[in-house]
Amino acid sequence: MIHVQYFARYRETLGIDAEQLSGSFASLDALRQQLLARGGVWQVLAEANLMCARNQELCSLDEAVSAGDEVAFFPTVTGG
Amino acid sequence: MAIRVQSEPFDPGVEVNALHAANVGIGAVVGFVGYVRDFNAGQEVAGMFLEHYPGMTEKALAKIAVEAEQRWPLLRLEILHRVGALEPGEPIVFVGTASAHRQAAFDACNFVMDYLKTRAPFWKKEQGSAGASWVEGRASDQQAAQRWQDDTPS
Repeated sequence: MIHVQYFARYRETLGIDAEQLSGSFASLDALRQQLLARGGVWQVLAEANLMCARNQELCSLDEAVSAGDEVAFFPTVTGG
Repeated sequence: MAIRVQSEPFDPGVEVNALHAANVGIGAVVGFVGYVRDFNAGQEVAGMFLEHYPGMTEKALAKIAVEAEQRWPLLRLEILHRVGALEPGEPIVFVGTASAHRQAAFDACNFVMDYLKTRAPFWKKEQGSAGASWVEGRASDQQAAQRWQDDTPS
């Protein structure tokens, strides 16, 4: 299982903050493609400035994903 | 280094004084304080909510602090960021750096803020007269962070 989290505007648009995904994915982008295939509000994850993290570290969409990972998708950060 | 993520307000003056305490080898302390403004992009701001990614936030800030300590001869470094509900005029963030001489403290403080703005998982939601809206990231923040990538201090 892969634990997927969504934050800020994505969390609100999708209506959920986290879910467990079964199956294996070659990369974070492959996982994202499965989410995009749900259609509708999930298209928000197609945004060009989407950011992602694997096990609480920023990474690129090319990052490999393994069972047990915690991954997250979120819009550009705006702290400070 | 000290990393704090908290919902409680803080006093920037207390933080600056604490950085200098118990180390007379410190010749320079630089403190940056970011505040909630009552206006943004032409709209009145009545309040703000700071969302974050618990766990990752602390790790991301610690990573930035470690990089700053590797680049500059710092004697102390503190990053303090608030989360939750904030009102206009309240401090959101404090970055304090202490060094023997001013240049390292100035540059490290600048660096930490630039990286914090582009790499730490915080999101601002502003409450205005027309409702609440998420603040969008700015290209100028990305450019400010970019300049440190090809600029290592000599």
